[in-house]
Amino acid sequence: MLKKSIAACVAAASVVIAPMTQASEVEVLHWWTSGGEAKSVAYLKERLEGKGVSWKDFAVAGGGGENAMTVLKSRAVSGNPPTAAQIKGPSIQEWGELGFLASIDDVAKTNKWDSLLPGVVSDVMKYDGKYVAAPVNVHRVNWLWANPEVFKKAGASIPTTWADFIVQAKKIKDAGYIALAHGGQAWQDATVFEAVVLGVGGPEYYQKAFVELDMKALDSKTTEEVFKVFGELRQFVDANSPGRDWNVATSMVINGEAAMQIMGDWAKGEFVVAGKKPGTDFVCVASPGTSNAFTFNVDSFAFFKQSDSENQKAQKAMAQEILGSDFQKVFNLNKGSIPARLGMARDEFDTCAHDSMNAFVSSAQTGGLVPSFAHGMAVSEAVSGAIYDVATNYFNSDTSAAEGKKQLVAAVQSAM
Amino acid sequence: MTQNAHKRSGIADRLEAWLPKIILAPTTLAMIVCMYGFILWTGALSFTKSRMLPQWEFVGFLQFEKLFANPRWDVALSNLVVFGFLFIAISLLIGLLLAIFLDQKIRGEGAIRTIYLYPMAVSFVVTGTAWKWILNPGLGIEKLVRDFGFTDFEFRWLVDQEMAIYTIVIAAVWQSSGFVMAMFLAGLRGVDDSLVKAAQIDGANAWQSYWHVILPILRPVFFSAIVILSHIAIKSFDLVQALTGGGPGYASDLPANFMYTFAFNRAQMGIGAASAMIMLFGVLAILVPYLYSELRGSNRG
Repeated sequence: MLKKSIAACVAAASVVIAPMTQASEVEVLHWWTSGGEAKSVAYLKERLEGKGVSWKDFAVAGGGGENAMTVLKSRAVSGNPPTAAQIKGPSIQEWGELGFLASIDDVAKTNKWDSLLPGVVSDVMKYDGKYVAAPVNVHRVNWLWANPEVFKKAGASIPTTWADFIVQAKKIKDAGYIALAHGGQAWQDATVFEAVVLGVGGPEYYQKAFVELDMKALDSKTTEEVFKVFGELRQFVDANSPGRDWNVATSMVINGEAAMQIMGDWAKGEFVVAGKKPGTDFVCVASPGTSNAFTFNVDSFAFFKQSDSENQKAQKAMAQEILGSDFQKVFNLNKGSIPARLGMARDEFDTCAHDSMNAFVSSAQTGGLVPSFAHGMAVSEAVSGAIYDVATNYFNSDTSAAEGKKQLVAAVQSAM
Repeated sequence: MTQNAHKRSGIADRLEAWLPKIILAPTTLAMIVCMYGFILWTGALSFTKSRMLPQWEFVGFLQFEKLFANPRWDVALSNLVVFGFLFIAISLLIGLLLAIFLDQKIRGEGAIRTIYLYPMAVSFVVTGTAWKWILNPGLGIEKLVRDFGFTDFEFRWLVDQEMAIYTIVIAAVWQSSGFVMAMFLAGLRGVDDSLVKAAQIDGANAWQSYWHVILPILRPVFFSAIVILSHIAIKSFDLVQALTGGGPGYASDLPANFMYTFAFNRAQMGIGAASAMIMLFGVLAILVPYLYSELRGSNRG
């Protein structure tokens, strides 16, 4: 009797355990838990399950992913990292240096990733010359969102340079509208600052000063000019802006309280949800002076070393799936960004996305394709944090341009 | 038989003597590891070049140098001084006054006491969010008064770099003064009536009897209140996060927010650990003299 029940227990246990050890599985850490983002992840899960790879969701909520990173660090240090985690930009290099990341170079070779991705993007995905991460999308950050109705009422035209921006914004302000819808949070201040850097200094200066952190470029006349323009923008923001969320600022443009917002292409989702049509109800153009440039913010999954060979296979299947044209299309339609991989069918994307795709390709050739420092793509978290501090403090005070430059140089130097 | 019983009671005695220690052991161990162990760990980290993960390469006081060279840390520290002083002083004053008024044997005391104590039951996040709306110029007080017809009225501390820290004082005082009131009320109830009567017989008016007789008796309550309030002040994190998010810019940052940002968002664990150590020393600077005076007092007694 006893023997029998023990045997039954063992049998039952092995039934339970068996699928866990035999079938391949990916455990994926991400923080895409809301709306369109959650839908996008669910699609990836579906695709993988169709291939016999089971998906263990490891979602840690919290928009910017700070919570997720804290969990990831403790898991990695205790020797039990997930299969893949949502990590982007130079953080991939930092994880690579610590020796946690697995090479998926064979997948990349067989699928010719080098020809599918622009060089600047694939560089971010590689550590020590080998692919360790796969990009899911490309956000363009240097967008200006405008409400044409407000422009018409104020008799203003959509600006294409920063000098023109100041002229037009004054007209709008005089007509009784808020010229620039803005949320006074550090990252939003940095997003606008970045647009000014790119528009005033151009891609070459941007690359030197804010990506390579060349002190000579950073400590130049151009930087002072950037701060001067950035400081001028203070007057076009309403007094209630500190602490405002970006989507609240977007809704001010949508309902005609404000004329413009400078924000990445995720803002498009807000317009679309409000039932607005691109081109007629709202306008998307490159932020002033940046029509030939593109600040990119690429989300990606980095892959962690696995000991189980089945899971290694599953990991590679996932990598392949992520860069597949089918997943790239569905994911980016949901999220408002554009596919990271080039040369895909475009018909289902809207006109803003088409503009973005064109700029992505053309700027990659002219050298105008640069990583966004406001969104953790260009420099380490320490340095981008230091830039955040200076930008947000400058924008909220009446510091002079020369002083702003001095603070920036000092902050970047001490954070390097 | 008798011997056996004796032996058994010996074991029982010993067990009884050991039982409290055995029961306390897990808690003590957890305390030693999770409190003091991690304090030491953080202290050690503050001398390393740790960035994203702990790295045991020692760099001396470099992180502390970087910390004090950082303008944001200066802002956080001076905010702590302003916030701590005003928060403690105003909470004490309001709490004491409320307690004295409530102690006048008024009707409905129970209900009023509950009302004043109630904010303590709300978390700092809720307090912060509510005050964020109340103080927002476009939503709260400023708009209300303007809607009443005073169109020039301005009250925009929340969005003013110079004044933002005072909004945190307002919200924190609102939350904590009821608690201080409860402490003082308990103290006042413990004051021996005959002392007050004696003072009145000696011809002291109400003001004099409070100032010269009752308040000196309440001295221990003052001490406890100050210690508890200064803890709250140094640890304040969620209130700032919810009310101003440290802004405008980083004008209303407190050291706890600084520490969190650098250790967890910015991958600068070394600087984060260094700032945590400075905060620890801040707490110790208040706690050690207090404990010293308390312990010396009880020894004497």
